[in-house]
Amino acid sequence: MMRGVAGRVKRYVQVASVTSVEGAVTPTDVFWDEGKRYHIDRVLDRRPAASLKVGGKGMRYLVEIAGRQSYLYYEGPAWFVEEIVRNAPVYATPPL
Amino acid sequence: MYRCDRQNTRPATGCRDGHAGSCDDDRCDSRGDDRIILHADMNCFYAAVECFRRPELRSRPVVVGGHEELRHGIVLAKNLLAKAAGIKTGDTLWTARRKCPGLVTLPPDYRLYMRYSREARAIYYDYTDRVEPFGPDEAWLDVTGSAGLFGGHAYAGRMIAREISERIKAELGVTVSIGVSWNKIFAKFGSDYKKPDAITPITRENYRDLVWRAPAGDLLYVGRATRRKLARAGILTIGDIATAPAGMLRGMLGKMGSILHGFARGEDATPVRVLDADSSTVDYAVKSVGNGLTAPHDLHDAREVRLLLYLLAESVAQRLRELRLRARGIAVTVRNGDLEWYERQAQLRLPTLLTGELADGAWNLVAANEGFDSDPDRRLQGTRAIRSLGLRAINLQPMSVATQTDLFCDEERRIRTERLEFVVDQARRRFGNTSLRRACELGDAQMSNVDIKRDNVVHPVGFFQS
Ligand SMILES: [Mg+2]
Repeated sequence: MMRGVAGRVKRYVQVASVTSVEGAVTPTDVFWDEGKRYHIDRVLDRRPAASLKVGGKGMRYLVEIAGRQSYLYYEGPAWFVEEIVRNAPVYATPPL
Repeated sequence: MYRCDRQNTRPATGCRDGHAGSCDDDRCDSRGDDRIILHADMNCFYAAVECFRRPELRSRPVVVGGHEELRHGIVLAKNLLAKAAGIKTGDTLWTARRKCPGLVTLPPDYRLYMRYSREARAIYYDYTDRVEPFGPDEAWLDVTGSAGLFGGHAYAGRMIAREISERIKAELGVTVSIGVSWNKIFAKFGSDYKKPDAITPITRENYRDLVWRAPAGDLLYVGRATRRKLARAGILTIGDIATAPAGMLRGMLGKMGSILHGFARGEDATPVRVLDADSSTVDYAVKSVGNGLTAPHDLHDAREVRLLLYLLAESVAQRLRELRLRARGIAVTVRNGDLEWYERQAQLRLPTLLTGELADGAWNLVAANEGFDSDPDRRLQGTRAIRSLGLRAINLQPMSVATQTDLFCDEERRIRTERLEFVVDQARRRFGNTSLRRACELGDAQMSNVDIKRDNVVHPVGFFQS
């Protein structure tokens, strides 16, 4: 484990989404801190995936917000992102 | 990707690449009519799941252990760091901590592990419907029929294994070891051969080197007692078992001797059992589902017998629905006295998991063997009374197997009833077994208080029976 570099932590976020008639879920907005709202311009990819960095898994969406790409995970009833934090512990990525 | 270079010769027999006779290319997985069996084993399963969801634990020795509060808690699973410290599955937590100061011990979270188990199986089902779980973290897959989708050549088995392994890692965050072979026993050996996160093909060309040199105890179903017996006769490796005279093994170990002899020689032909993907349990290996009951008083009255059978049928059918199995046959045990009892079996016209159909089948069997007077309200003839009754659903098949209906039943009605009974089960699970009762149960005060254990006996099937 190293400290002092930017690492990632699991951060649950409030998300607005649209559910299609067929049941497919598409996130439209991410809410950050108090009241900051980020509109998702495009969903570029969608697949079941695990995040080894923060230890979570589910449906992973690759979303584009204001020209920048980021992963957004739908895990059970809640959504999370891999938040970048300074001075966060960085863990070995291989499991075990 | 490597392909056999003699691909265009196409004899009747040979490897999947069309090699004549026995192919000596050790990269070939199989011969023409060989099956392709995978055995997938999730590494350090419980511990791996815990380490995945809590990244901060990955750099520390971790064990998952049960019943800490009983002071006799034992290690159920360990990660590689704990293993390196000499901790073994089955150690007490107390011993484990002594071996490894700073050990992280976690209580098991079975619901989470079962979810992982289901999710892994869902991935397996993308490659074949022939998936046979072996505990929560292991499964056999018969992918013979999918080889065509992977080019149909000799490496289809390991290509599928590679894809499964990568998907489990990417989608679930844990690793698997996979063995690839033409039989279940060697596939299992392959998944144990190299861990973690490995793929080991056991081929007709390499099994003498890989399997036969391994100690006898590495063969599935060679336990400690068997190993000792074999060792006394100088049989130390799997190769020794394979090359020992069959008669000698039979003499030493009985029927099991012949079976192990075949296993060691790669002659195991047991199929990968097809089981229902949606079943609620991990252990699908169920041969029959049954329940029995001693009546509160000896039964003379046909109506009472029918009621009791109905109660039994309800509990058995409920269990069938939970396991998502249909019965093709039924067996009834009738006890008239301490020493006097019999069992009768019958095939059912249609495979079923309906309470009513099981109850009718059971009643027909009992009525045919007991001399009830023609009037159903009449008592049993003579002095014979029924003391206890047992009912078993037999010849089970998964719900997912399509069934042949016939012209003389109202199939639509059967399907509706089936749906209704699933809903009744759900309600009972949520609100208790007495929340919804059959009207027939209410007629007889004494009988309706009979305590039918709804969680009844399930007889797991042994490996060799099928
Ligand atoms: Mg395992």
